[in-house]
Amino acid sequence: MKPPGKGLSEFVAEANEVLDALGRNLLALDERRGQEADPDLVNGVFRSAHSLKGLAGMFGQDRIATLAHSAEDLLDRLRLGKAELSDPVLDALVEAVDVLQALLAEAARGGESPELAERVKDLSGRLAAVAAAPAPPTADPLDAIGLPPEVRAVFTEYEEHRLRENLRKGLGLWKVRAAFDLADFDQGLARLNAQLKPVGEVVSTLPSAEPGDGSGIAFDLIVGSRARREELETALAGTPGKLTPLSEAAPKAPLRSARVERVAPPDTDIARLPDPPAGRPNPEPDASLRSLTQTVRVDIQKLDALMNSVGELLLVKANLSALAEAARSGAPGQPTKSLGQELARESRSLERKLDELQKGILEVRMVPLGQVFDKLARLVRRIARERHKEIDFAIDGGEVELDKLIVEELSDPLMHLIRNAIDHGIEPAEDRVRAGKERRGVVALGAYQKGNHVVISVSDDGAGLDVDRVREVALEKGLLTAEQAALLSRRELMNLVFLPGFSTARAVSELSGRGVGLDVVKTNLASLSGIIDLESERGRGTTVTLTLPVTLAIIRALVVSVSGRTYAVPLNSVLEIISVASDEVRTVERREVVSLRGQTLPLTRLGRLFGLPEEPRARHFVVVVGLAQNRLGLTVDELLGQQDIVVKPLGGRLKHIPGISGATDLGNRRTVLVLDVGALMEEVVAPERRVEFS
Amino acid sequence: MGFKVLIVEDSKASRELIATTLETIADVEVMQSSSGFEALKLLPRHRFDLIITDINMPDINGLELINFVKKNPNYRDTPLFVITSEGREKDRARGLALGAAEYLVKPFEPQSLEGLLRRYLKIA
Repeated sequence: MKPPGKGLSEFVAEANEVLDALGRNLLALDERRGQEADPDLVNGVFRSAHSLKGLAGMFGQDRIATLAHSAEDLLDRLRLGKAELSDPVLDALVEAVDVLQALLAEAARGGESPELAERVKDLSGRLAAVAAAPAPPTADPLDAIGLPPEVRAVFTEYEEHRLRENLRKGLGLWKVRAAFDLADFDQGLARLNAQLKPVGEVVSTLPSAEPGDGSGIAFDLIVGSRARREELETALAGTPGKLTPLSEAAPKAPLRSARVERVAPPDTDIARLPDPPAGRPNPEPDASLRSLTQTVRVDIQKLDALMNSVGELLLVKANLSALAEAARSGAPGQPTKSLGQELARESRSLERKLDELQKGILEVRMVPLGQVFDKLARLVRRIARERHKEIDFAIDGGEVELDKLIVEELSDPLMHLIRNAIDHGIEPAEDRVRAGKERRGVVALGAYQKGNHVVISVSDDGAGLDVDRVREVALEKGLLTAEQAALLSRRELMNLVFLPGFSTARAVSELSGRGVGLDVVKTNLASLSGIIDLESERGRGTTVTLTLPVTLAIIRALVVSVSGRTYAVPLNSVLEIISVASDEVRTVERREVVSLRGQTLPLTRLGRLFGLPEEPRARHFVVVVGLAQNRLGLTVDELLGQQDIVVKPLGGRLKHIPGISGATDLGNRRTVLVLDVGALMEEVVAPERRVEFS
Repeated sequence: MGFKVLIVEDSKASRELIATTLETIADVEVMQSSSGFEALKLLPRHRFDLIITDINMPDINGLELINFVKKNPNYRDTPLFVITSEGREKDRARGLALGAAEYLVKPFEPQSLEGLLRRYLKIA
């Protein structure tokens, strides 16, 4: 197999974007099943399929081109009114997106599986057959209104169809002529379009062929509208648009509300999921939602800002060189003190510029969570259909930005959590009604930023977890003893569900039977320095909260010292720091613990862990770290302060020291080791639990 | 003396592919625009020897662009090719009627583009 080249990676990146847009628009159509489809949406989906076909054809990706072509044909008939947007049609199109995604993933890897080839063939056939009913031919109403032939000549078949549709519905056709400055006509047109959208449909935008003076350009917008002339004039107020009628609206046309009322609060996106059809269940396992590309789209202005920072840094460098030269030549007129002052000033300037550069680079790595949320929305719809559950999916906070790396890693854990919510959380509709709840369940996905962290929550209003049942299962599976269970708070008990091998589902469903457990979610989260927490109430629902650092590239660390050695603890896993007197430390089951606000916190003496000599102390600082649902106290001697650090991996024999993730330079050429909180948890908490609890 | 060619196409990967094909054939300077609007902005600022456009684009369609170019005395003599996946006879007929010199349907053979380029730019 040929290794993927540059051309291929460009193809995959663009095809991926096109497919994302296709999926998004299709989802929007799907949400309004049964209502009249928005022609812009149908055309948008068509355009995506069309682009994908052309793109795949150019790059020799025949299977993608074939399937995209079948989808395009169907969509073309839909947008031209030659086919109905029925449930089987939508289902086939949704499936096409899934298969196209799988094909693209194969193309990116450079493989071709016969199973997919079979599906392409099968699905292409279905797309062709699913809506073959032709619309009855009627007289062309366009001929009746006598459009000038030179105007008609530039319409595409689709635009002609939209004009016909508008005429059939008895709407009037208007020409709006507007002249703009050549430099910013696109903004002007966008404003004009936005003002016209509520009153009608802009079918076509024609650049006027009449030559201007070179600095301006005129456009003719062909608009279909039910509104009267005065209403259109009002809509055009403040724009350069001039109105000419092409054909009048039918006088007694019934008024139709231009807007779809939303029941949801304005800041939430609620997607009403269709009632599950009784059709064939989709046997396809969930593909990973990770993107296929490693690229980030960057606003050019952000890059410009970075370039500026680099320019300023070069300036500082030049100044420093000049100062170094002055110092070396030891010019007699130059006292050391003033040289020192100048150096200090340059160093401050350097620090400031580096800060800007660092912030800029971090910003460039940021992508909105919405990228993953959109994909999850599709997944919810599919799982709901498979599981025969009636579910509304609410999304909030898609605009919150996180490091691309983290967003990618998040998609799979979020997928698992959402699947759990649908599978085990939301009850069958009949049970919900019996319990006095709304028939339709709600699964909500939300995100917000909190300082240097992003908090993401997945919640459902389903059956919730029974804390007694959790305790029972944990005991049955031997995950802990009755005495240990008695010591745990309600929250700690709830969080036992994250232990490997834990499941309260009485019947193993098809979905959870795939070995997807909450412990996997926990592990994924831990590798991102994230904290996971679960809150649930029987009968009311469950909320899982993920707290993640905004970025992993540069981290803020707490610098501590133990027995004269210095270590850095990533601050994103530090929850708090407490001071503990030696006599407050108790020993439970051969390990040291302290009581923190009524909860038991296991302690680890860092010095002892790394085999350093210990001095007896009356008081200790305990750095409380948390990862996923685990908490651990690290006993240290001194707190030296906070600092931004870049973690560098250790090589050679140091590579496998447990509890150390890398090294960092603290300045002054001082290299210190950075603690790997996740590994410390594993090393310290997990094995002992395994040994002692079994 | 190099030639200046404008490619109007909303797919970046396709644009690059066409541009690369052109650049291997002759000494051409390729300017790319991702939409009809961008093309409208570029046209008055450059003198192009050839325009290549797609049909299905987000803002104005390719037919409208052809019409605009062919009706304008400043640009009407510039040869214009359509490279599109819009293979329908109706679209082809309209494109040619509006004044497109050639109408290529994707995926096209690089050789056919080479032949046309040599003919229209009069490259030996």
